[in-house]
Amino acid sequence: MVENQIFTKHRLINLFIIVLAIWFTWFAQNFFDEYTVRVINNVAIFIILAVSYNLINGVTGQFSLEPNGFVAIGAYVTAILTVDAEGMLYQYDIEEPAQWILALQTDFFWALLIAGAFSALLALSLSFPVFRVRGDYLAIVTLGFGFIIRILAINSPSITNGSLGINDIPEYSNLYWTGGFAIFAVLAILNIIYSKYGRAMKAVRDDEDAAIAMGVNTFKIKTLAFTTSAFFEGIGGGLLAALLTSISPDLFTFFLTFQLLIIIVLGGLGSTTGAILGTIFVMAGLEWMRFLDEPMNIFGFQTEGTPGMRMVVFSLILIIVMLFAREGLMGKKELKDLFKKKKVNK
Amino acid sequence: MDVLTFFQQMVNGFSLGSMYALIAIGYTMVYGVLRLINFAHGDIMMVGAFLGYTFMEVFQLPFTLSILLAVVVSSLLGIFMDKIAYKPLREAPKISLLITAIGISFFLENAFTVFAGGVPRAFPVPSYMENVINVANITFSVSSITVPLVTLVLLLGILYVLYKTKYGMAIRALSFDIKTVNLMGIDANLIISIVFALGSALAAVGGLFWAINYPSVEPMMGVLVGLKAFAAAVVGGIGSVTGAVIGGFIIGFTEVVVIAFFPELGGYKDAFAFVFLILVLLFKPTGIMGEDLEKSRF
Repeated sequence: MVENQIFTKHRLINLFIIVLAIWFTWFAQNFFDEYTVRVINNVAIFIILAVSYNLINGVTGQFSLEPNGFVAIGAYVTAILTVDAEGMLYQYDIEEPAQWILALQTDFFWALLIAGAFSALLALSLSFPVFRVRGDYLAIVTLGFGFIIRILAINSPSITNGSLGINDIPEYSNLYWTGGFAIFAVLAILNIIYSKYGRAMKAVRDDEDAAIAMGVNTFKIKTLAFTTSAFFEGIGGGLLAALLTSISPDLFTFFLTFQLLIIIVLGGLGSTTGAILGTIFVMAGLEWMRFLDEPMNIFGFQTEGTPGMRMVVFSLILIIVMLFAREGLMGKKELKDLFKKKKVNK
Repeated sequence: MDVLTFFQQMVNGFSLGSMYALIAIGYTMVYGVLRLINFAHGDIMMVGAFLGYTFMEVFQLPFTLSILLAVVVSSLLGIFMDKIAYKPLREAPKISLLITAIGISFFLENAFTVFAGGVPRAFPVPSYMENVINVANITFSVSSITVPLVTLVLLLGILYVLYKTKYGMAIRALSFDIKTVNLMGIDANLIISIVFALGSALAAVGGLFWAINYPSVEPMMGVLVGLKAFAAAVVGGIGSVTGAVIGGFIIGFTEVVVIAFFPELGGYKDAFAFVFLILVLLFKPTGIMGEDLEKSRF
């Protein structure tokens, strides 16, 4: 059996890709210019967010619209844990920062882990009310939670500095952090997908009632997917906070979720490879499409800059993809499926 | 709190609740026939308000005519939206429909931001709507009376259409089983168009009333109101028009009354609808007037 060999073709390919990714991270950090590094940082963070969102939304098929909430939690926890007391006293303008907030201070690594754990714990406790409902109801309830988290962030100025947000966050994120966590997240999530839990997740996606009939504890499986994805979304949020160095509730609107949704739909719902490719295309595309927002010269006509034009084109692309290429780039296929001789239709 | 303030708040709650109800009906009807959360519905409301603004400010038409035109154009937009974006996906998995709906919602918001600018514009409310009537020491502006009254008439009208006319019967039949309805010789696509037209017209009315009460229009005005109205529809039991009306009034009243009694909670105003929604779903997963979960096609 193929399973028993240590060096199968797939494993060698995977190993090669991992080594390539690590080498690329090192190379980019050392030799690329600042702007490119920043874009790659962003892409790496969005890869973490996209593959983890894909786990609950694409692999498990639970249409939830919550990532903005968990990313916000991760970003705020990291910001609070890395900004020192002096910095907080200086910038908390609406209310004095709470005493216990001032005392909290850890290294960046622990801050990220705590951010992830906090986000995962919240997801765990949310899954009890959230997974009482299915389908469309789930979408709207999770959307509501994302919304409530933002409202809480605005209305607890002694912890979050309210609508002003937290600034002067130490700029820890570099490609070693973001790239490292991105590789870790992808490997961890792929391992889950190819475990028995992953198969159960796909069973829940394809037919929940049949999965129940086959003895799958669907609540447990959904909760596992939800919590895992929340963990990585929290870490992604933390990395984002340390990259941007300033966060505010406005960063974590539904737009963030929408962006991730486009990424995973474009890549192919349910495919981790697709989520990664989708991230690269969308993030690079968004950078490239900046010209749409700027003044343009079309056949001699000078147009004024129209901020937002990018988003119009962006939403049109989503609609067109949905209408004409519903499967996205990869469908449900993964990278390794491309190397198989026969075509597989899962 | 004295009696006067209490009555004043009641009127406010009634007015706000009726606007939520108007918009919630559109959600619930589309959900009833297509099983689709039409995320773009809140933006139809915004479009309705913008059209009213455009007819009045740009074309200088009289107030009533502008409102009528805005409602008609919005309902045409609703039909158009269905034909372009939802009809090709009738047989597709529901998630595709839902994502398309989100796409349309973002398209409308951003297109209006690009072409109208993101800055709120003052909505030209005619002066007679702002006149004040005094009944037993409670003061009302004409608009705060007109809005709920017109809403009530519209609600009764839609209930009449749904329960007393042939088309209403077809709509209700469609919400049970779309395939059988086709076999019975009813043009399902025509009925779906009617649903979109009616729903969008009501949403446009809601948007216009919103613009009259909070006299400004801006491209993002439909987002929050739309989500709250959707929460109202779910609280009432999505798929049921009566439920949508009940849900709308519950959400509207809660928002007004809680803030009147606990002003310190003002910052959380926008979260009430969702907290309410989650609580209701915890105890009754299909809402107050909701369908039996066993029967639903998930």
